[in-house]
Amino acid sequence: MNNLFVNYKALAKTMIMTLCALLYTGVANADLVYVSNEKDNTISVIDTESLEVIKTIKVGQRPRGIDLSKDGKLLYICTSDDDRIQVLDLATHKPIGVLPSGPDPELMILSPDGQFIYVANEDDNMVSIVDIAGKKVIAEVQVGVEPEGMGVSPDGKVIVNTSEATNMAHFIDVKTREVFANVLVGERPRIAEFTKDGKQVWVSAEIGGTLSIIDAATQEIIKTITFKIPGVEEEAIQPVGVRITKDGKRAFVALGPASRIAVIDAEKLEVERYLLVGSRVWQIAFDPDEKRLYTTNGTSNDVSVIDVEKLKVIKSIPVGQYPWGVIVKKT
Amino acid sequence: MFARIATFATVLLLFPALWVHAQDKKAEPIDMAFIKHETERLPKLSNLTPPTKDDGTLGGEQGIKDSNATGRFLGHKYSLENVVLSLEDNVMENFNRVYDKGVRLFIFDTSADDLLAVADSEKGKQALFFNVGSPDDILRTEQCRANIIHITPSYAMLADALAQYLIVKKWSDWLLIVGRRDADRKFANAVRAAAKKFRGKIVEEKTWDFGPDMRRTAASTVPVFTQNIDYDVLIVADVVGEFGEYLMYKTWDPRLVAGTQGLVPRTWHFTHEQWGAAQIQKRFRLANKKPMSGKDYGVWAAVRSINTAVTRSKSTGFESVRDYLLGPKFELAAYKGQKLSIRPFNQQVRQPILLTSSRALVSVSPQKQFLHEVSRLDTMGYDRTESKCKLSERS
Repeated sequence: MNNLFVNYKALAKTMIMTLCALLYTGVANADLVYVSNEKDNTISVIDTESLEVIKTIKVGQRPRGIDLSKDGKLLYICTSDDDRIQVLDLATHKPIGVLPSGPDPELMILSPDGQFIYVANEDDNMVSIVDIAGKKVIAEVQVGVEPEGMGVSPDGKVIVNTSEATNMAHFIDVKTREVFANVLVGERPRIAEFTKDGKQVWVSAEIGGTLSIIDAATQEIIKTITFKIPGVEEEAIQPVGVRITKDGKRAFVALGPASRIAVIDAEKLEVERYLLVGSRVWQIAFDPDEKRLYTTNGTSNDVSVIDVEKLKVIKSIPVGQYPWGVIVKKT
Repeated sequence: MFARIATFATVLLLFPALWVHAQDKKAEPIDMAFIKHETERLPKLSNLTPPTKDDGTLGGEQGIKDSNATGRFLGHKYSLENVVLSLEDNVMENFNRVYDKGVRLFIFDTSADDLLAVADSEKGKQALFFNVGSPDDILRTEQCRANIIHITPSYAMLADALAQYLIVKKWSDWLLIVGRRDADRKFANAVRAAAKKFRGKIVEEKTWDFGPDMRRTAASTVPVFTQNIDYDVLIVADVVGEFGEYLMYKTWDPRLVAGTQGLVPRTWHFTHEQWGAAQIQKRFRLANKKPMSGKDYGVWAAVRSINTAVTRSKSTGFESVRDYLLGPKFELAAYKGQKLSIRPFNQQVRQPILLTSSRALVSVSPQKQFLHEVSRLDTMGYDRTESKCKLSERS
């Protein structure tokens, strides 16, 4: 009897341990979503299995654009009100240092080789090139007023920057660090995103309500896509975040206060449908295998999760105040 | 061939000044003028900072800076001449002088009468005017002109913006106190129209005629003046600021003050930072060591409208710039969360209106409860059917 009792206890213990191990493996294998919260100076970490916030990390002031190092070990954060880029170690989730950026950094992108960060400085009309290893701004390129969106061609040769108050996409030659073409797009352009084959640059314009598809070789606009949603006034349709699938077949565009994501047939360049998400949807990010899309919804303070195949919103996850940037890290 | 290019490149490298010169020479000029006329010399009422005589010029300078940042890439060079006139100066003479230099794009901060006289003159008919000074409703309802665009919101737009908010808050019974000046009566008219439009109720209306200097007498006069009236909000019409500030905290009953003082509808305020506004506020403050005023914003928006029309029409010619501005495609991004456009029938610029207390943004109208078939912005101000102006039938 006594023996049996002990056995029960041992069994329970083993069961608990197995469960823990299972749970632990679950967490360890899940990808992690990082979300910058502009108004409460934090990064929320979402576990992609449980779809819950598992950690909130305090960072610098007004975190906005975020990007991962190429090895996935570090997170770079534009802390706009600190006028610098903060570096977060993703193994410990602790800030380990800062990089210079020029004033008021908003959005940035890493060079494909991971050596440089290209960052837009809203306050002084510059794109700064930051040498990560040397922790130095090594060059500044003058662009239009209120530079914002940053895209880099897959071969790393061209940077495209948008300037919100000049309404242009500026094409910058990485080698000479000079602007070689300026393409006039819609009012208040936000994001510049290259297709994976490097042939097109997609530029969203928040106030113009348009998405310009630019031929990267000729810098000519191939098509300007507009959006119409029944029951939503035209002024509320404000395209911001843009993501295109690796195979170039489909794209997603965040429409700001319209609280919709536009699904676009990227071959025909036509809008397929709209998905309702949280309010003032800003930035979006795929997970590494493009099964899910995560959106930051600024004024409802949450993240919507979209099943990319079924084109369905499957969950909304409360995060911090004014979620802004989002990126998914593969584990 | 290649060698020749290389030689040319070397020359450019050695003489960067040549390159700059070549670019300058190519730039096409877009010249504008800002004419500002002092309309009335007011008695000094308090030690609060009054608007400066050249209020608006710094906004124009900011607009030129922003426009030239775009122009730099397109070979356009923008300039703005500031013409700041005293009470004694003649607006028409000064307009003619600038016109004769070849300027056709004018930003006017004058009385409605001066603006109309100039716009109707022979030379004026060949020019385009941006009104940043007069909120008079008559310019939007009866005396519209095809060569005037109204940047500044009308009294009706301001009163409607405030009324919408008060109605949403269910503070719908108003005590209206009107000052002794012409402008006060115009704002009061707009408040009465707004009450009718949004079903507010003016329970009583009083004229303030205690004279201008309230600083020492308000504590005894205001309580009696507002006694035995059942209302939710006191709406004051005191455009130049003679007494309105001194009504607050002195009414018989504990009531809020709104209108030209208290909760004020306006186009711009230093507390506004949404929709990218923080960026221009910061840019302006860094350059000028003071916040951007409503007048600065108006002149800035006028310059940027011209800049947008030049850029989008890909032309610097006066006719094509004017036609683009007055055509259906014109839209301006101006830190208001949505594009600004022009009402075709009276050429008033549609715009969200901020409701502000002295140090906070309280709300932005239109309130979402009010709908409109064309644009929700058209729930504020005189609509097509209410205005006698039919400048254009396009929508």
